[in-house]
Amino acid sequence: MTETLPDAQAQLPEHPMPRAAGCPFDPPPTLRELRSSAPISRVRIWDGTSPWLITRYDHVRALLGDPRVSADPAHGGYPHRNAAMRARERDQRTFITMDDPEHARLRRMVTGPFAIRKMEALRPSVQRLVDDQIDAMLAGPNPADLVTALALPVPSLVICRLLGVPYGDHDLFQRNTQVIVRRTSTPEEVVGATRALTDYLDDLLIVKRKHPEDDLLSTLVTERVDTGGMTQREAARMGVLLLAAGHETTANMITLGTLALLQNPEQLALLRDCPDPGVVAGAVEELLRYLTITHSGRRRVVLDDIEIDGQVLHAGEGLILANDIANRDPEAFPDPDRLDVTRDARRHVAFGYGVHQCLGQPLARVELQAVYGTLYRRVPTLALATDIDRLEFKHDGLVYGVYELPVTW
Amino acid sequence: MHVEVDQPKCVASGQCVLMAPDVFDQDDDGIVELLTDRPGPGHRDGVREAAAVCPAAAIRLEEE
Repeated sequence: MTETLPDAQAQLPEHPMPRAAGCPFDPPPTLRELRSSAPISRVRIWDGTSPWLITRYDHVRALLGDPRVSADPAHGGYPHRNAAMRARERDQRTFITMDDPEHARLRRMVTGPFAIRKMEALRPSVQRLVDDQIDAMLAGPNPADLVTALALPVPSLVICRLLGVPYGDHDLFQRNTQVIVRRTSTPEEVVGATRALTDYLDDLLIVKRKHPEDDLLSTLVTERVDTGGMTQREAARMGVLLLAAGHETTANMITLGTLALLQNPEQLALLRDCPDPGVVAGAVEELLRYLTITHSGRRRVVLDDIEIDGQVLHAGEGLILANDIANRDPEAFPDPDRLDVTRDARRHVAFGYGVHQCLGQPLARVELQAVYGTLYRRVPTLALATDIDRLEFKHDGLVYGVYELPVTW
Repeated sequence: MHVEVDQPKCVASGQCVLMAPDVFDQDDDGIVELLTDRPGPGHRDGVREAAAVCPAAAIRLEEE
Protein backbone atom coordinates (compact mmCIF):
# COMPACT_ATOMS: atom_id res chain seq x y z
CA MET A 1 0.00 0.00 0.00
CA THR A 2 2.64 2.52 1.02
CA GLU A 3 6.31 2.63 1.86
CA THR A 4 6.12 6.02 3.51
CA LEU A 5 6.87 6.18 7.23
CA PRO A 6 3.88 7.04 9.44
CA ASP A 7 5.32 10.44 10.46
CA ALA A 8 6.13 11.44 6.92
CA GLN A 9 2.75 10.19 5.79
CA ALA A 10 0.94 12.44 8.24
CA GLN A 11 2.61 15.44 6.59
CA LEU A 12 1.51 14.55 3.09
CA PRO A 13 -1.05 16.85 1.51
CA GLU A 14 -4.58 15.56 1.86
CA HIS A 15 -6.56 14.72 -1.28
CA PRO A 16 -9.05 15.94 -2.43
CA MET A 17 -8.06 19.54 -1.79
CA PRO A 18 -10.35 22.54 -1.38
CA ARG A 19 -10.76 25.14 -4.11
CA ALA A 20 -9.89 28.73 -3.26
CA ALA A 21 -12.79 30.88 -2.04
CA GLY A 22 -14.09 33.08 -4.82
CA CYS A 23 -12.50 30.96 -7.58
CA PRO A 24 -15.19 28.38 -8.32
CA PHE A 25 -13.87 27.58 -11.82
CA ASP A 26 -10.25 27.03 -10.85
CA PRO A 27 -8.79 23.76 -9.54
CA PRO A 28 -7.49 23.85 -5.93
CA PRO A 29 -4.39 26.07 -5.53
CA THR A 30 -2.49 23.20 -3.88
CA LEU A 31 -2.83 21.18 -7.08
CA ARG A 32 -1.26 24.03 -9.01
CA GLU A 33 1.62 24.31 -6.52
CA LEU A 34 2.26 20.57 -6.69
CA ARG A 35 2.29 20.62 -10.48
CA SER A 36 5.16 23.09 -10.53
CA SER A 37 7.06 21.91 -7.43
CA ALA A 38 6.40 18.15 -7.32
CA PRO A 39 4.34 16.95 -10.29
CA ILE A 40 4.65 13.30 -9.21
CA SER A 41 4.12 13.24 -5.46
CA ARG A 42 2.32 11.28 -2.80
CA VAL A 43 -0.88 12.44 -1.16
CA ARG A 44 -2.90 11.07 1.72
CA ILE A 45 -6.47 9.96 1.01
CA TRP A 46 -9.51 9.17 3.19
CA ASP A 47 -8.47 5.58 4.04
CA GLY A 48 -4.98 6.58 5.21
CA THR A 49 -3.18 5.28 2.10
CA SER A 50 -0.83 7.44 0.06
CA PRO A 51 -1.20 7.05 -3.70
CA TRP A 52 0.73 9.10 -6.26
CA LEU A 53 -0.86 12.30 -7.48
CA ILE A 54 0.00 13.10 -11.09
CA THR A 55 -0.57 16.72 -12.12
CA ARG A 56 1.31 17.41 -15.37
CA TYR A 57 -0.54 17.12 -18.67
CA ASP A 58 2.10 14.98 -20.42
CA HIS A 59 2.41 12.63 -17.42
CA VAL A 60 -1.36 12.24 -17.08
CA ARG A 61 -1.68 11.36 -20.75
CA ALA A 62 1.28 9.00 -20.72
CA LEU A 63 0.04 7.07 -17.69
CA LEU A 64 -3.62 6.91 -18.79
CA GLY A 65 -2.37 5.43 -22.05
CA ASP A 66 0.03 2.95 -20.41
CA PRO A 67 -1.04 -0.74 -20.46
CA ARG A 68 0.96 -1.32 -17.24
CA VAL A 69 -1.65 0.79 -15.48
CA SER A 70 -4.92 -0.83 -14.40
CA ALA A 71 -8.41 0.59 -13.83
CA ASP A 72 -9.46 -2.49 -11.86
CA PRO A 73 -10.24 -1.65 -8.18
CA ALA A 74 -9.78 -5.32 -7.24
CA HIS A 75 -5.98 -4.80 -7.34
CA GLY A 76 -4.46 -3.91 -3.98
CA GLY A 77 -3.31 -0.30 -3.87
CA TYR A 78 -6.15 1.05 -6.03
CA PRO A 79 -7.05 4.49 -4.60
CA HIS A 80 -10.80 4.27 -3.96
CA ARG A 81 -12.66 7.58 -3.95
CA ASN A 82 -14.45 6.80 -0.71
CA ALA A 83 -15.85 3.89 1.31
CA ALA A 84 -19.05 3.96 -0.71
CA MET A 85 -17.29 3.55 -4.04
CA ARG A 86 -15.10 0.81 -2.59
CA ALA A 87 -18.20 -1.08 -1.46
CA ARG A 88 -19.90 -0.55 -4.80
CA GLU A 89 -16.95 -1.51 -6.92
CA ARG A 90 -16.80 -5.07 -5.61
CA ASP A 91 -19.97 -6.48 -7.12
CA GLN A 92 -21.43 -3.78 -9.33
CA ARG A 93 -18.68 -3.44 -11.91
CA THR A 94 -18.92 -2.15 -15.44
CA PHE A 95 -16.27 -1.96 -18.14
CA ILE A 96 -15.00 1.39 -16.84
CA THR A 97 -13.33 -0.47 -13.97
CA MET A 98 -12.11 -3.43 -16.04
CA ASP A 99 -8.93 -3.92 -18.06
CA ASP A 100 -8.56 -5.28 -21.57
CA PRO A 101 -9.43 -7.74 -22.98
CA GLU A 102 -12.60 -7.90 -20.80
CA HIS A 103 -13.04 -4.12 -20.99
CA ALA A 104 -12.75 -4.07 -24.80
CA ARG A 105 -15.16 -7.00 -25.17
CA LEU A 106 -17.91 -5.20 -23.26
CA ARG A 107 -17.20 -1.65 -24.43
CA ARG A 108 -17.31 -2.67 -28.09
CA MET A 109 -20.87 -3.88 -27.62
CA VAL A 110 -22.00 -0.28 -27.18
CA THR A 111 -19.55 1.78 -29.24
CA GLY A 112 -21.57 1.48 -32.47
CA PRO A 113 -24.52 3.65 -31.38
CA PHE A 114 -22.13 6.49 -30.44
CA ALA A 115 -20.42 6.63 -33.86
CA ILE A 116 -20.14 10.14 -35.31
CA ARG A 117 -22.55 9.39 -38.17
CA LYS A 118 -25.23 8.25 -35.69
CA MET A 119 -24.69 11.35 -33.58
CA GLU A 120 -24.97 13.63 -36.61
CA ALA A 121 -28.30 11.97 -37.43
CA LEU A 122 -29.44 12.76 -33.90
CA ARG A 123 -28.52 16.44 -34.14
CA PRO A 124 -31.87 17.76 -35.50
CA SER A 125 -33.89 16.05 -32.78
CA VAL A 126 -31.50 17.30 -30.07
CA GLN A 127 -31.85 20.80 -31.49
CA ARG A 128 -35.66 20.54 -31.36
CA LEU A 129 -35.49 19.35 -27.77
CA VAL A 130 -33.29 22.29 -26.79
CA ASP A 131 -35.65 24.73 -28.54
CA ASP A 132 -38.71 23.17 -26.88
CA GLN A 133 -37.13 23.37 -23.42
CA ILE A 134 -36.13 27.01 -23.98
CA ASP A 135 -39.70 27.78 -25.18
CA ALA A 136 -41.08 26.20 -22.02
CA MET A 137 -38.61 28.09 -19.83
CA LEU A 138 -39.48 31.43 -21.45
CA ALA A 139 -43.20 30.70 -21.04
CA GLY A 140 -42.75 29.88 -17.34
CA PRO A 141 -41.84 31.93 -14.27
CA ASN A 142 -38.93 34.37 -14.46
CA PRO A 143 -36.44 33.87 -12.80
CA ALA A 144 -36.04 30.12 -13.30
CA ASP A 145 -33.57 27.44 -12.22
CA LEU A 146 -31.55 26.54 -15.31
CA VAL A 147 -30.80 23.08 -13.88
CA THR A 148 -34.44 21.97 -13.84
CA ALA A 149 -35.55 24.12 -16.80
CA LEU A 150 -32.89 23.03 -19.28
CA ALA A 151 -29.67 21.44 -18.08
CA LEU A 152 -31.13 18.27 -16.60
CA PRO A 153 -34.08 17.63 -18.96
CA VAL A 154 -32.13 17.97 -22.24
CA PRO A 155 -29.51 15.24 -21.70
CA SER A 156 -32.02 13.11 -19.77
CA LEU A 157 -34.50 13.19 -22.64
CA VAL A 158 -31.77 12.47 -25.18
CA ILE A 159 -30.24 9.50 -23.33
CA CYS A 160 -33.74 8.12 -22.60
CA ARG A 161 -34.56 8.19 -26.29
CA LEU A 162 -31.24 6.62 -27.26
CA LEU A 163 -31.53 3.82 -24.69
CA GLY A 164 -35.28 3.35 -24.89
CA VAL A 165 -35.92 4.34 -21.26
CA PRO A 166 -39.33 5.96 -20.55
CA TYR A 167 -38.64 9.61 -19.65
CA GLY A 168 -41.58 9.42 -17.24
CA ASP A 169 -39.24 7.50 -14.92
CA HIS A 170 -36.75 10.39 -14.74
CA ASP A 171 -37.37 11.00 -11.04
CA LEU A 172 -36.24 7.47 -10.26
CA PHE A 173 -33.02 7.52 -12.25
CA GLN A 174 -32.07 11.15 -11.52
CA ARG A 175 -32.58 10.68 -7.77
CA ASN A 176 -30.56 7.45 -7.60
CA THR A 177 -27.80 8.93 -9.74
CA GLN A 178 -27.54 11.88 -7.34
CA VAL A 179 -26.97 9.43 -4.47
CA ILE A 180 -24.21 7.66 -6.41
CA VAL A 181 -22.30 10.81 -7.37
CA ARG A 182 -22.53 12.53 -3.99
CA ARG A 183 -19.30 12.04 -2.07
CA THR A 184 -21.12 12.15 1.26
CA SER A 185 -23.41 9.18 0.55
CA THR A 186 -22.88 6.18 2.81
CA PRO A 187 -21.75 2.85 1.32
CA GLU A 188 -25.23 1.43 1.99
CA GLU A 189 -26.87 4.32 0.15
CA VAL A 190 -24.61 3.99 -2.90
CA VAL A 191 -24.93 0.21 -3.09
CA GLY A 192 -28.71 0.53 -2.65
CA ALA A 193 -29.07 3.23 -5.32
CA THR A 194 -26.94 1.23 -7.75
CA ARG A 195 -28.99 -1.88 -7.10
CA ALA A 196 -32.26 0.01 -7.56
CA LEU A 197 -31.06 1.32 -10.93
CA THR A 198 -29.75 -2.08 -12.03
CA ASP A 199 -33.03 -3.79 -11.09
CA TYR A 200 -34.94 -1.10 -12.97
CA LEU A 201 -32.84 -1.63 -16.11
CA ASP A 202 -33.06 -5.40 -15.69
CA ASP A 203 -36.89 -5.20 -15.73
CA LEU A 204 -36.77 -2.88 -18.72
CA LEU A 205 -34.62 -5.38 -20.65
CA ILE A 206 -37.32 -8.02 -20.14
CA VAL A 207 -39.90 -5.62 -21.61
CA LYS A 208 -37.56 -4.86 -24.55
CA ARG A 209 -37.12 -8.57 -25.25
CA LYS A 210 -40.89 -8.95 -25.64
CA HIS A 211 -41.41 -5.67 -27.49
CA PRO A 212 -38.12 -4.68 -29.14
CA GLU A 213 -37.95 -1.15 -30.50
CA ASP A 214 -35.35 0.92 -32.33
CA ASP A 215 -33.23 1.68 -29.28
CA LEU A 216 -29.98 0.64 -27.63
CA LEU A 217 -31.50 -1.52 -24.87
CA SER A 218 -33.53 -3.52 -27.42
CA THR A 219 -30.39 -4.08 -29.49
CA LEU A 220 -28.43 -5.10 -26.40
CA VAL A 221 -30.98 -7.68 -25.29
CA THR A 222 -31.75 -9.17 -28.71
CA GLU A 223 -28.28 -9.06 -30.28
CA ARG A 224 -25.98 -9.45 -27.28
CA VAL A 225 -27.76 -11.08 -24.34
CA ASP A 226 -29.92 -13.54 -26.27
CA THR A 227 -26.94 -14.63 -28.42
CA GLY A 228 -24.83 -15.37 -25.35
CA GLY A 229 -22.49 -12.40 -25.81
CA MET A 230 -23.22 -11.06 -22.33
CA THR A 231 -25.43 -11.82 -19.37
CA GLN A 232 -28.61 -9.86 -18.77
CA ARG A 233 -27.17 -8.50 -15.53
CA GLU A 234 -24.10 -7.24 -17.45
CA ALA A 235 -26.44 -5.53 -19.90
CA ALA A 236 -28.43 -4.00 -17.04
CA ARG A 237 -25.26 -2.69 -15.40
CA MET A 238 -24.17 -1.23 -18.73
CA GLY A 239 -27.58 0.42 -19.06
CA VAL A 240 -27.13 2.01 -15.62
CA LEU A 241 -23.72 3.34 -16.61
CA LEU A 242 -25.00 4.85 -19.87
CA LEU A 243 -28.12 6.30 -18.26
CA ALA A 244 -26.31 7.84 -15.28
CA ALA A 245 -23.23 9.08 -17.13
CA GLY A 246 -25.46 10.18 -20.00
CA HIS A 247 -27.38 12.82 -18.08
CA GLU A 248 -25.47 13.88 -14.97
CA THR A 249 -22.21 14.96 -16.61
CA THR A 250 -23.74 16.90 -19.51
CA ALA A 251 -26.22 18.60 -17.17
CA ASN A 252 -23.33 19.90 -15.07
CA MET A 253 -21.47 21.11 -18.18
CA ILE A 254 -24.57 23.01 -19.32
CA THR A 255 -25.04 24.85 -16.00
CA LEU A 256 -21.40 25.42 -15.11
CA GLY A 257 -20.58 26.39 -18.71
CA THR A 258 -23.39 28.93 -18.72
CA LEU A 259 -22.25 30.33 -15.39
CA ALA A 260 -18.66 30.64 -16.63
CA LEU A 261 -19.86 32.43 -19.78
CA LEU A 262 -22.09 34.80 -17.79
CA GLN A 263 -19.03 35.67 -15.69
CA ASN A 264 -17.00 36.24 -18.87
CA PRO A 265 -19.42 38.36 -20.96
CA GLU A 266 -16.90 39.09 -23.71
CA GLN A 267 -16.53 35.34 -24.27
CA LEU A 268 -20.31 34.88 -24.19
CA ALA A 269 -20.62 37.63 -26.83
CA LEU A 270 -18.18 35.82 -29.13
CA LEU A 271 -20.31 32.70 -28.92
CA ARG A 272 -23.64 34.53 -29.20
CA ASP A 273 -22.71 36.76 -32.11
CA CYS A 274 -21.04 34.17 -34.31
CA PRO A 275 -23.44 31.60 -35.75
CA ASP A 276 -20.58 29.51 -37.22
CA PRO A 277 -20.91 25.91 -35.94
CA GLY A 278 -17.10 25.70 -35.93
CA VAL A 279 -16.92 28.53 -33.39
CA VAL A 280 -19.52 26.83 -31.19
CA ALA A 281 -17.68 23.49 -31.44
CA GLY A 282 -14.42 25.20 -30.45
CA ALA A 283 -16.13 26.87 -27.49
CA VAL A 284 -17.43 23.48 -26.30
CA GLU A 285 -13.88 22.06 -26.26
CA GLU A 286 -12.56 25.11 -24.41
CA LEU A 287 -15.32 24.94 -21.78
CA LEU A 288 -14.66 21.20 -21.34
CA ARG A 289 -10.98 22.00 -20.78
CA TYR A 290 -11.49 25.06 -18.60
CA LEU A 291 -14.11 23.50 -16.32
CA THR A 292 -13.01 19.82 -16.30
CA ILE A 293 -15.99 18.81 -14.17
CA THR A 294 -14.54 15.31 -13.59
CA HIS A 295 -12.59 16.87 -10.73
CA SER A 296 -11.95 13.77 -8.60
CA GLY A 297 -9.06 12.61 -10.79
CA ARG A 298 -8.90 9.40 -12.79
CA ARG A 299 -8.07 6.46 -10.48
CA ARG A 300 -5.61 3.72 -11.43
CA VAL A 301 -3.14 1.24 -9.95
CA VAL A 302 0.31 0.28 -11.26
CA LEU A 303 0.68 -3.38 -12.39
CA ASP A 304 4.37 -3.34 -13.38
CA ASP A 305 7.05 -0.87 -12.32
CA ILE A 306 7.01 2.25 -14.49
CA GLU A 307 9.76 4.85 -14.67
CA ILE A 308 8.49 8.30 -15.54
CA ASP A 309 10.61 11.44 -15.46
CA GLY A 310 13.18 9.75 -13.19
CA GLN A 311 10.58 8.54 -10.70
CA VAL A 312 9.76 4.84 -10.34
CA LEU A 313 6.11 4.00 -9.73
CA HIS A 314 6.10 0.50 -8.28
CA ALA A 315 3.65 -2.30 -8.93
CA GLY A 316 0.80 -2.13 -6.44
CA GLU A 317 0.96 1.66 -5.98
CA GLY A 318 -2.15 3.75 -6.57
CA LEU A 319 -2.39 6.65 -9.02
CA ILE A 320 -4.66 9.69 -9.00
CA LEU A 321 -4.39 11.34 -12.40
CA ALA A 322 -5.60 14.91 -11.92
CA ASN A 323 -7.01 15.74 -15.33
CA ASP A 324 -8.45 19.04 -14.05
CA ILE A 325 -5.06 20.58 -13.26
CA ALA A 326 -3.49 18.83 -16.28
CA ASN A 327 -5.93 20.82 -18.42
CA ARG A 328 -4.49 23.99 -16.84
CA ASP A 329 -0.88 23.03 -17.62
CA PRO A 330 0.84 26.00 -19.32
CA GLU A 331 3.11 23.57 -21.19
CA ALA A 332 0.03 22.25 -22.99
CA PHE A 333 -2.24 25.31 -23.04
CA PRO A 334 -0.71 28.82 -23.09
CA ASP A 335 -2.26 31.18 -20.52
CA PRO A 336 -4.25 28.19 -19.24
CA ASP A 337 -6.34 29.96 -16.60
CA ARG A 338 -7.95 32.22 -19.15
CA LEU A 339 -11.25 31.12 -20.67
CA ASP A 340 -10.72 31.72 -24.38
CA VAL A 341 -13.40 30.18 -26.57
CA THR A 342 -11.33 30.87 -29.69
CA ARG A 343 -8.32 28.76 -28.64
CA ASP A 344 -7.72 25.26 -30.00
CA ALA A 345 -8.42 23.16 -26.89
CA ARG A 346 -9.05 19.85 -28.64
CA ARG A 347 -6.15 18.07 -26.92
CA HIS A 348 -7.75 18.46 -23.49
CA VAL A 349 -8.17 15.44 -21.21
CA ALA A 350 -11.58 16.38 -19.78
CA PHE A 351 -12.97 13.10 -21.18
CA GLY A 352 -9.93 11.26 -19.83
CA TYR A 353 -7.41 9.57 -22.12
CA GLY A 354 -6.44 6.02 -23.06
CA VAL A 355 -8.77 3.09 -23.63
CA HIS A 356 -11.22 4.33 -20.98
CA GLN A 357 -11.75 7.74 -22.54
CA CYS A 358 -15.43 8.71 -22.37
CA LEU A 359 -17.62 6.54 -24.57
CA GLY A 360 -20.39 9.15 -24.75
CA GLN A 361 -18.19 12.08 -25.80
CA PRO A 362 -19.66 12.35 -29.32
CA LEU A 363 -23.14 12.62 -27.77
CA ALA A 364 -21.98 15.15 -25.16
CA ARG A 365 -20.50 17.29 -27.95
CA VAL A 366 -23.74 17.30 -29.95
CA GLU A 367 -25.78 18.22 -26.84
CA LEU A 368 -23.41 20.94 -25.64
CA GLN A 369 -23.08 22.42 -29.13
CA ALA A 370 -26.88 22.56 -29.40
CA VAL A 371 -27.28 24.24 -25.99
CA TYR A 372 -24.33 26.69 -26.13
CA GLY A 373 -25.16 27.48 -29.75
CA THR A 374 -28.81 28.24 -29.01
CA LEU A 375 -29.44 29.44 -25.45
CA TYR A 376 -27.49 32.73 -25.51
CA ARG A 377 -28.71 33.64 -29.00
CA ARG A 378 -32.34 32.97 -28.17
CA VAL A 379 -32.11 34.56 -24.71
CA PRO A 380 -29.61 37.41 -25.20
CA THR A 381 -30.63 39.04 -21.90
CA LEU A 382 -29.87 35.89 -19.88
CA ALA A 383 -28.34 36.84 -16.54
CA LEU A 384 -27.61 35.32 -13.15
CA ALA A 385 -30.58 35.94 -10.82
CA THR A 386 -28.50 35.76 -7.64
CA ASP A 387 -25.07 36.62 -6.38
CA ILE A 388 -22.45 34.08 -7.50
CA ASP A 389 -21.29 33.76 -3.88
CA ARG A 390 -24.72 32.44 -2.93
CA LEU A 391 -24.57 29.50 -5.35
CA GLU A 392 -24.00 26.05 -3.93
CA PHE A 393 -21.21 24.31 -5.81
CA LYS A 394 -20.83 20.53 -5.96
CA HIS A 395 -17.60 20.43 -3.99
CA ASP A 396 -18.79 17.09 -2.64
CA GLY A 397 -19.66 15.62 -6.03
CA LEU A 398 -17.76 13.08 -8.11
CA VAL A 399 -18.65 15.47 -10.90
CA TYR A 400 -18.40 19.22 -10.30
CA GLY A 401 -21.18 21.71 -10.95
CA VAL A 402 -23.85 23.76 -9.19
CA TYR A 403 -26.95 22.38 -7.54
CA GLU A 404 -29.14 25.25 -8.76
CA LEU A 405 -28.55 28.08 -11.19
CA PRO A 406 -31.20 30.82 -10.86
CA VAL A 407 -31.31 32.83 -14.09
CA THR A 408 -33.40 35.71 -15.31
CA TRP A 409 -33.91 37.33 -18.74
CA MET B 1 2.21 11.38 -45.69
CA HIS B 2 1.37 7.73 -45.05
CA VAL B 3 -1.34 6.76 -42.49
CA GLU B 4 -1.93 3.43 -40.76
CA VAL B 5 -4.63 2.55 -38.25
CA ASP B 6 -4.61 -0.21 -35.66
CA GLN B 7 -8.23 -1.40 -35.47
CA PRO B 8 -7.78 -3.79 -32.51
CA LYS B 9 -6.49 -0.84 -30.45
CA CYS B 10 -9.29 1.56 -31.50
CA VAL B 11 -11.74 2.56 -28.72
CA ALA B 12 -14.20 4.35 -31.02
CA SER B 13 -13.89 7.84 -29.54
CA GLY B 14 -14.63 9.11 -33.06
CA GLN B 15 -12.37 12.14 -32.80
CA CYS B 16 -10.43 11.22 -35.95
CA VAL B 17 -13.69 11.38 -37.93
CA LEU B 18 -14.36 14.85 -36.55
CA MET B 19 -10.86 16.08 -37.38
CA ALA B 20 -10.33 14.46 -40.78
CA PRO B 21 -13.65 13.14 -42.14
CA ASP B 22 -12.18 12.58 -45.60
CA VAL B 23 -9.52 10.25 -44.23
CA PHE B 24 -11.20 8.40 -41.34
CA ASP B 25 -14.57 6.70 -41.02
CA GLN B 26 -16.14 4.26 -38.55
CA ASP B 27 -17.66 0.81 -39.11
CA ASP B 28 -20.94 -0.36 -37.55
CA ASP B 29 -19.19 -0.85 -34.18
CA GLY B 30 -17.65 2.61 -34.29
CA ILE B 31 -14.20 1.21 -35.06
CA VAL B 32 -11.91 3.29 -37.26
CA GLU B 33 -11.76 2.67 -41.02
CA LEU B 34 -9.23 4.29 -43.27
CA LEU B 35 -10.66 5.95 -46.41
CA THR B 36 -7.22 6.71 -47.81
CA ASP B 37 -3.74 5.93 -46.51
CA ARG B 38 -2.22 8.84 -48.46
CA PRO B 39 -4.17 11.98 -47.56
CA GLY B 40 -3.85 15.03 -49.78
CA PRO B 41 -2.12 18.21 -48.56
CA GLY B 42 -5.45 19.78 -47.49
CA HIS B 43 -6.18 16.98 -45.02
CA ARG B 44 -2.78 16.53 -43.42
CA ASP B 45 -3.20 18.96 -40.52
CA GLY B 46 -6.45 17.25 -39.58
CA VAL B 47 -4.75 13.85 -39.71
CA ARG B 48 -1.88 15.08 -37.50
CA GLU B 49 -4.40 16.43 -34.97
CA ALA B 50 -6.36 13.17 -35.12
CA ALA B 51 -3.20 11.18 -34.39
CA ALA B 52 -2.36 13.54 -31.51
CA VAL B 53 -5.74 13.23 -29.79
CA CYS B 54 -6.43 9.53 -30.45
CA PRO B 55 -6.82 8.15 -26.91
CA ALA B 56 -5.71 4.67 -27.96
CA ALA B 57 -2.72 5.79 -30.03
CA ALA B 58 -4.23 3.77 -32.87
CA ILE B 59 -3.16 6.13 -35.68
CA ARG B 60 0.39 5.95 -37.01
CA LEU B 61 1.81 8.57 -39.33
CA GLU B 62 4.83 8.60 -41.56
CA GLU B 63 5.71 11.98 -42.95
CA GLU B 64 7.39 11.59 -46.33
